[in-house]
Amino acid sequence: MLLQTHGLTANYGQFRALFGVDIAVAAGECVAIIGANGAGKSTLMRAITGVIRNEPAMVLHRGEPIGALSSAEVMKRGIAMVPEGRRLFPSLSVEENLLIGGQVRKAPGPWNLEAIYELFPILRERRRNPGTALSGGQQQMVAIGRALMSNPELLLCDEISLGLAPVVIRDIYAALPKIRAGGAAIVVVEQDIGKALAVADRVYCMMEGRVTLTAKAADVSRQQIHTAYFGEAA
Amino acid sequence: MIWLDTLVQGILLGGLYALFAAGLSLVFGIMRLVNLAHGDLIVFAAYLVLMGVTLLGLSPWIAALVAMPLMFGLGWLLQTVVLNRVLGKDILPPLLVTFGLSVALQNGLLEAFSADSRRIPAGSLEGASLDLGLVTVGVMPLLTFASAIVVIVALNGLFYHTALGRAFRATSDDAVTAGLMGIEPKRIFAMATGIAMVVVTIAALYLGMRSNFDPSIGPARLIYAFEAVIIGGLGSLWGTLAGGVIIGVAQTFGAAVNPEWQILAGHIAFLVVMLLKPRGLFPRAVD
Repeated sequence: MLLQTHGLTANYGQFRALFGVDIAVAAGECVAIIGANGAGKSTLMRAITGVIRNEPAMVLHRGEPIGALSSAEVMKRGIAMVPEGRRLFPSLSVEENLLIGGQVRKAPGPWNLEAIYELFPILRERRRNPGTALSGGQQQMVAIGRALMSNPELLLCDEISLGLAPVVIRDIYAALPKIRAGGAAIVVVEQDIGKALAVADRVYCMMEGRVTLTAKAADVSRQQIHTAYFGEAA
Repeated sequence: MIWLDTLVQGILLGGLYALFAAGLSLVFGIMRLVNLAHGDLIVFAAYLVLMGVTLLGLSPWIAALVAMPLMFGLGWLLQTVVLNRVLGKDILPPLLVTFGLSVALQNGLLEAFSADSRRIPAGSLEGASLDLGLVTVGVMPLLTFASAIVVIVALNGLFYHTALGRAFRATSDDAVTAGLMGIEPKRIFAMATGIAMVVVTIAALYLGMRSNFDPSIGPARLIYAFEAVIIGGLGSLWGTLAGGVIIGVAQTFGAAVNPEWQILAGHIAFLVVMLLKPRGLFPRAVD
């Protein structure tokens, strides 16, 4: 397995946000994690990437414990994140935002500045602009490109459609199959169930810090998701 | 003509204050840390250069070159062992720690070098001057000012045209997201403080060659540096030079009117700028 969590817990001070979460992602796979606001999806991403640290064995990368590593160390192992809210660096231009993604980890692979500009051509025109001067959708493209620049084995996309217009979301989601074709496994954290199921092989649904459903995206029924999402039958 | 002379002397003095301030500005710009021991570190570096000159018989320039890597290492260690542990959302712990460091440094220097005032011998440069027609300027103040420009150009080049500088700016913007890029913020901070200490060494060289120093003068240098940084707008290096020049010019004009007014005039200039532009002359857009 490329990535596994075992009984992953996470706390914000006294408040426990994750209660023993088990998920697994195989190399090259696309996994969706869906759930309502506050279900713990973003906390799960933060715990995997070392923003919130844990017991070492709670997160495994190719069988090795990485739960206690810093986010920089996790990233160097090839796990890149597109954080919720995009979090571009305001002092950096679009191109610098992209470059910094591949500055520390320089793994061989399909992604470089040129490939990112081919994936999202608008970024080439805007490359000298400050990252934060772009529209929300363009900023999301920069955030995805920035994460790809390290040629990750696993790309974690946290709420990449949040706050964007439907036409922009379509463009962003159109890029995911190309990213997969480049060899990276993808985890998509989404509130939009339809979007998530359309791109994913498998889906986990979370509610109140726990995984309430694990299923193949092609097999899962609307009823199952409704129950897992809201905790009650439709 | 005397006023033109005063103006030029003031501008050149501003170069010294900009050198005092550049390291402070760098560290503040990257990690929002106000290092209250900055002035004492300048004095410490001046003693280090002085030891190179008196004990090893080096020229002050070579002694400063030798001191630079030592000061870089000291800055790195200081940040890694002490300051990184207290940096966080609360700005008080690092203030207290650097205040304590300031007290400890002053007393340590007093113990090691006594309260006698010292000077780094600069040989023939000390009294050398250049006749520019309308005004005559000292070679040493001119070198100081030129060094301040070189330091600021170099730091700006580092900041805006290197991968390290990109990491500096990214970490300054958002340390958590910088971590997601594989950047270790604590290492970046250690590097920044190390570089700030190299600048401190350059400031110390000119401080020691231009005037007498003793272990107690650090805090006053900190005040000048602080005022220069704040006048310029926090985190802007060219602003810091402008701030240094404003204080320098105010001081020399104050002294020209009445020698007792030199220091006071600098502080008044600072207050006037704060009244008119509370965020400084060149504030960063992102703050």
